[in-house]
Amino acid sequence: MTQLKGWRDIPIGGMILEAGNAVEYLTGGWRAFRPLFGEAACIHCMQCWLFCPDSSILVDVENEKMIGFDLEYCKGCGICASVCPVNAKVIRKGGEELERDDPRLCILMVEEGKFGEEDSE
Amino acid sequence: MSRFQALTGNDAVATAMRQINPDVMAAYPITPQTSTVQKFADFVSDGLVDTEFVCVESEHSAMSACVGASVSGARVMTATSANGLALMWEIVYIAASTRCPIVMSLVNRALSAPINIHCDHSDVMGIRDSGWIIFFSENGQEAYDNIIQAIRIGEHPDVLLPVAVCQDGFITGHGMERVEIYDDADVKDFVGKYRPQWSLLDLEHPKTYGPLDFYDYYYEHKRQQIEAMENAQDVILEVAAEFNHKFKRNYALFESYRLEDAEVAVIIVNSAAGTTKAVVDKLRDEGLKVGLLKPRLFRPFPAKELVDALSHLKAIAVMDRSVSFGAMNNAGPLFLELVAALATHGVQMPVADYVYGLGGRDILPREIEQVYRQALKTAETGQVERMVTYLSVRE
Repeated sequence: MTQLKGWRDIPIGGMILEAGNAVEYLTGGWRAFRPLFGEAACIHCMQCWLFCPDSSILVDVENEKMIGFDLEYCKGCGICASVCPVNAKVIRKGGEELERDDPRLCILMVEEGKFGEEDSE
Repeated sequence: MSRFQALTGNDAVATAMRQINPDVMAAYPITPQTSTVQKFADFVSDGLVDTEFVCVESEHSAMSACVGASVSGARVMTATSANGLALMWEIVYIAASTRCPIVMSLVNRALSAPINIHCDHSDVMGIRDSGWIIFFSENGQEAYDNIIQAIRIGEHPDVLLPVAVCQDGFITGHGMERVEIYDDADVKDFVGKYRPQWSLLDLEHPKTYGPLDFYDYYYEHKRQQIEAMENAQDVILEVAAEFNHKFKRNYALFESYRLEDAEVAVIIVNSAAGTTKAVVDKLRDEGLKVGLLKPRLFRPFPAKELVDALSHLKAIAVMDRSVSFGAMNNAGPLFLELVAALATHGVQMPVADYVYGLGGRDILPREIEQVYRQALKTAETGQVERMVTYLSVRE
């Protein structure tokens, strides 16, 4: 955070005068769950990119590939994992609960601080 | 040229609205305000105004539409009463905090329950801490004049706050009186054009209104509202001076009536102040030194000026048309504010409160006379016999 301003130096009524200033707010600090990319399973359908509320899906535009997550802004909401059609098609035995970090998934949600070194950015 | 017309207070306000020709009006019908907006809707249908008239499904939506239009840079007006204002309540605060100079005609009516459509001031007292500037009007003329001035006050760059202009439901709202209506061009010239510094519709400079505001900046935004209220009083006097000059009126923060050499005074707002003046005249004829002070501006509360105008008295009777339930001695808000003002300015004075007229209960000259006679007794003894009296309630 930058130096906080006094009441005389900020716009009235809570107005924010510059557009697009949300980039200055690193919401990644709010994250309790971290998405991990199961690259081998990904079909690059871009559903996660479409639904991510924080524009935190990183895309290789030239090759039209999903390539990972922007963890500076990702709040860990898991919407990407829940809209992922690959995740939806993970087949389980009857009665088997699907763990959110099941390695068969395209997007895995893992608790922050509880993932292997190889997964960290 | 101005002309005199026989108008109800509501029609006088509707006429002011026609002359102001706001960009947007959003309102929902509620007695006793309805005839104002109904009349204004006629003006819209007849093509006499350019206003975008928004029919909404509730008062909550009405005030929401007003806020949306106001941040879009529009000059916005609305009208309501009692339960309508109560339903607006959430957005009433948002209008003030978002610094929207909306002007509202508030035709005072008792809040439910039990349901009642007649006058008291419980509705406006519910928004006294909301950040709105609040005016009271004795009659249709004052309501008309205050509405016109409210536009200039709210929109002043040092203020940018919404303004509520009160008058008494039915008593003046539906009572027909002689009202001087100024020339359309003069009113248009007086209110001028609204030039908002910011606008949601300024697509070249996109900005955000109403964002999340936590412990890091919310308090600073409240401090700004306090500053705006501080600034408002000077602006109100400046606008009044200009208005008085142009339209030959005599507006200030309050009106004093035979107060200068008085020993006791009644403090009262809105229509009953007119009745009280007649009582003052009667008692003056008997040689009694009585006077009246009628606050015009209630928010911001002009504490110092009121104290200066009252400090020569020997006793004061405040008349409140609402109760602050559970407050000190279950007194009325006007009394509470005034005794606090006197105490903080070091003035020792016996002050009694008389709650009257709840739910439209008539207040009679002889009752006001009793209030004066009690105050004269208090002036002699220096002792308030009873701090709060509920006038004309049956035991």
